[in-house]
Amino acid sequence: MQPFQYQQPADAAGAVATVAATDGAVFLGGGTNLVDLMKLGVEAPGLLVDITRLPMDRIEPAPDGGLRIGAGVRNSDLAADPRVRGEYPVLAQALLAGASGQLRNMATVGGNLLQRTRCLYFQDVTKPCNKRQPGSGCPARTGEHRNLAILGGSGSCIATHPSDMAVALAALGAVVHVQGPGRPRALDLAELYRLPGDEPDRETTLSRGDLITAVELPPLRFARRSAYRKVRDRASYAFAVASVAAAIDVEDGLVRDVRLALGAVAPVPWRARRAEQAMLGRPATAETFRSAADAELAAAAPLRGNVFKVPLVSNVVTAVLSQLAGSTQPPEASAAPARGPM
Amino acid sequence: MGLVRTTEPATSVVRLQVNGETHVLTLDNRTTLLDALRETIGLTGSKKGCDHGQCGACTVLVDGRRANSCLLFAVAVQDADITTVEGLAEPDGTLHPLQQAFVERDALQCGYCTPGQICSAAGVLAEAAAGWPSAVSAARDADPAAKGAGPAAREADPATQGIGPAILDAAEVRERMSGNLCRCGAYVNIVAAILDAAAATTDEETG
Repeated sequence: MQPFQYQQPADAAGAVATVAATDGAVFLGGGTNLVDLMKLGVEAPGLLVDITRLPMDRIEPAPDGGLRIGAGVRNSDLAADPRVRGEYPVLAQALLAGASGQLRNMATVGGNLLQRTRCLYFQDVTKPCNKRQPGSGCPARTGEHRNLAILGGSGSCIATHPSDMAVALAALGAVVHVQGPGRPRALDLAELYRLPGDEPDRETTLSRGDLITAVELPPLRFARRSAYRKVRDRASYAFAVASVAAAIDVEDGLVRDVRLALGAVAPVPWRARRAEQAMLGRPATAETFRSAADAELAAAAPLRGNVFKVPLVSNVVTAVLSQLAGSTQPPEASAAPARGPM
Repeated sequence: MGLVRTTEPATSVVRLQVNGETHVLTLDNRTTLLDALRETIGLTGSKKGCDHGQCGACTVLVDGRRANSCLLFAVAVQDADITTVEGLAEPDGTLHPLQQAFVERDALQCGYCTPGQICSAAGVLAEAAAGWPSAVSAARDADPAAKGAGPAAREADPATQGIGPAILDAAEVRERMSGNLCRCGAYVNIVAAILDAAAATTDEETG
């Protein structure tokens, strides 16, 4: 590992100013990804600016009725928050599906959003990788790509974004608050990430020194009826092969509103807007959900090793939405407490 | 301000609180908490398995929360209250209930992962006592009818969730302990030992 300097800034403005002005400086959050990448030689920062002691660790009601989550909130605290569990269960479930108990205690919300792909070639500095070393090539297309992208990839990169949390945030339409060298700004989560195109080393729209300070969940009443389902190779503690975050509002048997996002299938948390559009006003049935999923997947460009993800995603989308839609009716002959539509 | 990269290893004076003792150390900034514990302080209970946060052998408690000490730089946890497996027993040598349960259940073979398993389990018991959910309890909450009235059923109502401890069963322990690998495959007895300790802790609290 390369030697590095270490600083604890007095405040966010100082942290931003230091990183913006210093070549090779980066923010240190929970470190669960950055420290690992430094050990692997993928990252070699000259200065770590530790932001974990800044006052960005609160979860508080937003003025418009949503929830404002400090970027330094640990994943475990966010998953345990009663407001998240009650109002946005898809987010609690996504967080709890990620990593391990130890890592969730360490990982921050901001760091989770900005974690890097776990593509094997990206993490192995002895291999070419257009993301790590622009122009060096991508061995994944002809090599090991079972877990890589089927949507949104390019000829130069098919890496997937590994976060579970970010998939739920994409479905919820979260807003990211950023403090940079200029004025603070807010952007939709979808505006934070870039598709790789021919510049896969540019993963976000952030500039050097930009610090994510908070993530805001908009009020979304029907998010009480939401869920995250993760398909993976082990029952626990594994990255997703594919995942689905969904929330649905059903009235008189018709889809009044719906949110759908897909994980582990694209270079970004993938908001499935085409599928959402295809469901609006349609009967809340498995047929509707499957044809919507297939509309989204029409743009899929799978490779030999991950073509299985296409039917997998279609099946999981159909199953999750069917379950959510089904649970809007009172359970029959069930001992479960009644939970009417919210 | 310009480039700060230097060819000299950058060092810091780091104050670490480990098992109630204060250590003031001059450390290369690259030193992980795990290496500081093992190589500098001489507490070799915490183990280096993968050194990448994948196996859990290095698990310690930082301010009471379990964490992978291989992914923490020592300089970043100064002044935190760190507990390693050496700090769990009473000063008179009486074993922590989890250590006693691991002995009684023979919950190990080679023992390399055991300190991390026990520290992680201590974290699990605290998290359950605080009512923290898991992927298992969250799935039960979301679909109580399909899964039956499990221990998490009383958390199914969002109005009351988060109130009261999470009750651990074997499925819960397996999920909550999934960050700790055991290559000998002693999982069956590890789960049993943790359930024993959880029951003993609950009995003590409810008296």
